[in-house]
Amino acid sequence: MNEHRPPDRESAEPIKPPPAIVVTARNIILGLWGALRLLRESTVAMIGAGLVGFWVLVAIFAPWLAPYDPNAQVLPFATPFTEHPEGGTFWLGADHLGRDILSRVIWGSRTVLFYAPVATACAFAVGITMGLFAGYKRGWIDDVLSRISDIILSFPILVLYVVIITTFGASGLNIVLAVIFASAPGIMRIVRGLVLDLRNRDYVAAAQTRGESTLRIMFVEILPNARGPLIVDACLRLGYTIITIGVLGFLGLGLPPPDPDWGGMVNQTRSMATFAPHMTIFPVIAISSLVLGFNLLADGIREISLND
Amino acid sequence: MTDAAPRAAEPVLAIEGLSISYRTRAGAIPAVVDFDLAIAAGESVALVGESGCGKSTVANAIMRYMGRNGSITGGEMRFKGRDMLAMGEAELRSLRGAEIAMVYQEPFAALNPSMTIGRQLMEVPMIHEGVSERQAYERAARMLEDVRLADTERLMSSYPHQLSGGQQQRIVIAMALLANPSLLLLDEPTTALDVTVEAGIVELIGEIKRKFGTAILFISHNLGLVHEVCDRVCVMYSGDVVETGAVADVFTHMRHPYTRGLFGCIPLPMAGRDERPLTAIPGQLPLPHERPHGCNFGPRCPWFAAGTCDAGEVPMIAAGIDGAAGHRARCLRLDAVGEAPPLVPEAAEEAEAVPAPEGDIVLDVVGMQKYYPVHDRSIAALIAGRSVRWVKANEALDFDARRGQTVAIVGESGCGKSTFAKVLMGLETATDGAIIFEGDDIAESAVTDRSKAQIAALQMIFQNPNETLNPSQSVGSQIARVIRKFGVETDRAKILQRVHDLLDLVKLPRDFAKRMPRQLSGGQKQRIGIARAFAGNPSMVIADEPVSALDVSVQAAVTQLLADIQREHDTTLIVISHDLALVRYLADRVVVMYLGQIMEQGRVEDVFAPPYHPYTEALLSAVPVADPQIEKTKIVLEGAVPSPLDPPKGCPFATRCQHKLGAICDAKRPPVHMRADGHRIACHIPLGELEQMEPVFRRAKA
Amino acid sequence: MLIFLARRTGYMVLTMLVVSILLFVLLEVNGEAVAVKVLGPYTTVEQRNLWLEANGYFRPVYVRYFEWLGNMLTGDFGESIRFRAPVADVLWPRLANTAILGGVTFAVMIPLALMMGILAGMKEGSKLDRSLSVTAIITTSIPEFASAVLLTFLFVFWLSWLPGTSGMTDGFRPVELILPVTVLVLYGFGYIARMTRASMVEVMQTPYIRTAILKGMPYRQVIMRHALRNALIAPFTVIMLQINWLLSGVIVVEFFFAYKGFGALLLEASLNQDIFLIQACAMVAVFVAVTTQTIADIGYTYLNPRIRFA
Repeated sequence: MNEHRPPDRESAEPIKPPPAIVVTARNIILGLWGALRLLRESTVAMIGAGLVGFWVLVAIFAPWLAPYDPNAQVLPFATPFTEHPEGGTFWLGADHLGRDILSRVIWGSRTVLFYAPVATACAFAVGITMGLFAGYKRGWIDDVLSRISDIILSFPILVLYVVIITTFGASGLNIVLAVIFASAPGIMRIVRGLVLDLRNRDYVAAAQTRGESTLRIMFVEILPNARGPLIVDACLRLGYTIITIGVLGFLGLGLPPPDPDWGGMVNQTRSMATFAPHMTIFPVIAISSLVLGFNLLADGIREISLND
Repeated sequence: MTDAAPRAAEPVLAIEGLSISYRTRAGAIPAVVDFDLAIAAGESVALVGESGCGKSTVANAIMRYMGRNGSITGGEMRFKGRDMLAMGEAELRSLRGAEIAMVYQEPFAALNPSMTIGRQLMEVPMIHEGVSERQAYERAARMLEDVRLADTERLMSSYPHQLSGGQQQRIVIAMALLANPSLLLLDEPTTALDVTVEAGIVELIGEIKRKFGTAILFISHNLGLVHEVCDRVCVMYSGDVVETGAVADVFTHMRHPYTRGLFGCIPLPMAGRDERPLTAIPGQLPLPHERPHGCNFGPRCPWFAAGTCDAGEVPMIAAGIDGAAGHRARCLRLDAVGEAPPLVPEAAEEAEAVPAPEGDIVLDVVGMQKYYPVHDRSIAALIAGRSVRWVKANEALDFDARRGQTVAIVGESGCGKSTFAKVLMGLETATDGAIIFEGDDIAESAVTDRSKAQIAALQMIFQNPNETLNPSQSVGSQIARVIRKFGVETDRAKILQRVHDLLDLVKLPRDFAKRMPRQLSGGQKQRIGIARAFAGNPSMVIADEPVSALDVSVQAAVTQLLADIQREHDTTLIVISHDLALVRYLADRVVVMYLGQIMEQGRVEDVFAPPYHPYTEALLSAVPVADPQIEKTKIVLEGAVPSPLDPPKGCPFATRCQHKLGAICDAKRPPVHMRADGHRIACHIPLGELEQMEPVFRRAKA
Repeated sequence: MLIFLARRTGYMVLTMLVVSILLFVLLEVNGEAVAVKVLGPYTTVEQRNLWLEANGYFRPVYVRYFEWLGNMLTGDFGESIRFRAPVADVLWPRLANTAILGGVTFAVMIPLALMMGILAGMKEGSKLDRSLSVTAIITTSIPEFASAVLLTFLFVFWLSWLPGTSGMTDGFRPVELILPVTVLVLYGFGYIARMTRASMVEVMQTPYIRTAILKGMPYRQVIMRHALRNALIAPFTVIMLQINWLLSGVIVVEFFFAYKGFGALLLEASLNQDIFLIQACAMVAVFVAVTTQTIADIGYTYLNPRIRFA
């Protein structure tokens, strides 16, 4: 649960010119293609993109890829490569209730790759807006927003999640809300730091001197130039959100059963790991590899943007 | 001192055929090719050229500090006869800082922010001579006095951020001199400093030469500084030395077309645009991996001869006139270049100046004042009831500008010229007074309160080419935005047509509209900035240091362009600048500011000639001039600019004035002497005495 | 400086107050719900009202808040429902256990991370740098519960070298600390190491390091005298903030290894809706976090002369 904030809180790292990763709304496909071509510059980024891409594909095609119903209880404690009574094989074995682990891992990717991006995207929407206002408007808005975010960030994050989830109950929506509540202040801080630097650029002054509206200056003139560090941060935060959702599942505070979620799978089966370790190992590998993918991607993008 | 050094004596530094390459993803790129240089003891040699010519690379190579990508690929380098290229780390260490020392461009960055000045200075003798802390302290303190820093005790225990830029640079110089080096490398040591501070450093370097007899390698882009500091000069272009010789020879009879080109690009503070128009060098510096075959300057050279200049490597050829030895140039068409007329036609000097446009008054600033509140939260201030203090950025500004005129506001950093621009543009509002622009008082209306017509009529050109354009929008869309915003055109096709017209106006190809800013060079970005400012047909444009971040040859082209467009559109132009030569070139009228107040104003030819305000005189004398025919008054101002929080009660310049009368200057605001043509000087010295002043620039007797 | 200290402390108190209000509002405003949790779900409305009356729940909210706050400040955290004992009696021993776990973790993690970060940052792009970066990314990508599973599988089931639980049932046995500490260190060190590296790389590229080298100073001295101090300013803040992270990390690790610490207590309290215990734990956690943050801020200011002598 690392809170990664810039070390010097007043001035975030100096803003390099944004990396030439163009993801314009006008031309997403061309942009994605361009981004992929850029990623080729960094092996690390390619490996990361490969891992993430693999899991995204698995999540999208889960209904076709999963050999069995993830909640069907068939053969408890089946070890890997055991034959399935209805034909086929438990490639990764079955859990204590006899459910196919491979199918559960595949369907589990859907859960995590739905909630984590949605929660992170919402957190960014909130955090970016707060950060733009705080950094561009300054004055009392900045004071109030900064103080609020300081207070939220002073909570140890997992303590915050535990308190929120126990108070409001464990559900998908509450998890998303908790992630927004806990991450938006951190995003705000990063955006604020970037804006404090960018707002003094001459092109912002040029926009001001031609009488552009505050909203346009914030979202059109400033925000796109902060995208480099924000893309990197988004990848890292996605990783952390995935870990968070996993940890909540592991602590028994995650999504209600029976739908598979990787953290929950570890929680339910770890007491039996002495004699059936396969039940815990595979979900653990799944979550680690997905998080690793995002972290490598972030590192690679940072490297590419520094080379530019 | 030029070639007088006896042949037998071993030069301090001898470089022959040095080549340096950088490894990049695209392969090895030669940064410097076949470089020769010899510096004798006590001699000072300049490396001059524009950015990217390889001059700093040479300096780093002499220190054998090349970074990870750079490497020396050939040649010889001897320091006092010892082969430097064969030295190991330990031997290099014993040279660095002890025998060869370096002074850097940005003094603040060159000092460790978390270590006291004293510690950083004391290290030098402690490393190289193993002296005790006490001895080192004494040596350091003495050296600080040698570089004319007062209050050494306090300085030794300060941290770098507590000192001014000039003090920092003196500290760096002191650090370099502490081990009594035989060779001092100065890498653009004054570029980050104000002119009057620069003048002080230049004087200090002269003193060092006399007192310590140190050989100096001075790296600069500023020909004027080179003239003031050095005996010999090497002009570099695209990794090559193209011309070398004694400064007096090279600057009087420049033989290489590039050197000639450079001189044609720099405005001089003695001559306006009618007497000495700038001639920009066409084309651009070739990228290191796209250098042409033969002479690197070939494609930009008016004397280019196919078959001769592009045939192969061009050697250095003796180019001395009147037997000047050691003057050589890398040009095969020396004779043709030599026959060309001199840059300043003698007849043109007496040419009648075109009178300044006298249209109706567009801008009238009346008693404009801008104060910023500063909240002091210390206990002492709270008790004294002075928790809010005021930065007096602008005090009672009074001047006007007429249609089609160019008015320059000059002054050093912190004089309040940028604050005035902000108020004018509506980014700040004035505390008091009026700014009448086209009949309306806009002093207290922020840009958001102004009408669209008012905003469109008043546009701005910014200083930094890398910041003036939004990096994530295409060039065309940024110009189009202005056209649409001000309702000049609404139809899509017409907007595009107007964008193309504007690109034509600033002499850029039309397909630049589709480019992103990062694909443009600095000069091109600045041109786009000009196009954007003129897109809404403004009646007045403010240019804040429009060319100060550009290279000399690019500066000339952009300056020319700006002047042409302004004249063509009959626009009023307010130029904010610290560069007096540029001001002399561009302006019709000049306003000289110091600490937020106007010291002197008037027609440019009146301000640049006696009677001067003492501050104007000091500013002018601080301008380095690259012309051996010109003699100038030397004035080095003492002390620092007072804080705008607590400006002097009387004349703001009283604390540093070289002609200070006495108590009256400290006690009373100076009266304003009115002369013909709106020439006004705010000074206690009677006008009659001011009129007795000698001109700062004088033609030397032959 | 004095003013700065006063202001920081003021912020700290303010944060604690806001947090206390939030916790109070979140958990106690609805007295009815509190009564259900304390008395159990199978009580009658009369019983609950009696309890509410007896405990003063019908007084205005602000009166209750201030009384609650006063009790908190005097160390009276109320009665734990689950443990049927005063919260304070349960909390302090657990906190001591966690302090031991956290202390050992820091003692291992900080020197290791700083050392690796500095070595990697000194020579950017070297083999050591690259391998360290990759190692750090991998270890920070594996959540604590995942590495706990993997390490347990390896060292407990397969090699049988270490005990799989750390309940300390036979008194305090240092060997039971090995796995929890390893898990925490693995997940946490990468972040500090990478921060240190980034900071070191940045410092090594500054002109003042060039100045030091070109003074003719031996490389070792350049690093020790000029680079380290500037390079460690940023990681210092990060290290202090890691205490915040540790408070999160211990929840997972203590739960996994059945270590009787503060994190496990908070989780147990949450799962059992033990309101007063949750409040106390959260307040303690926030107090620790806010205090370390304040220390980090003050330390940062002290280390950085540019701020100290502004």
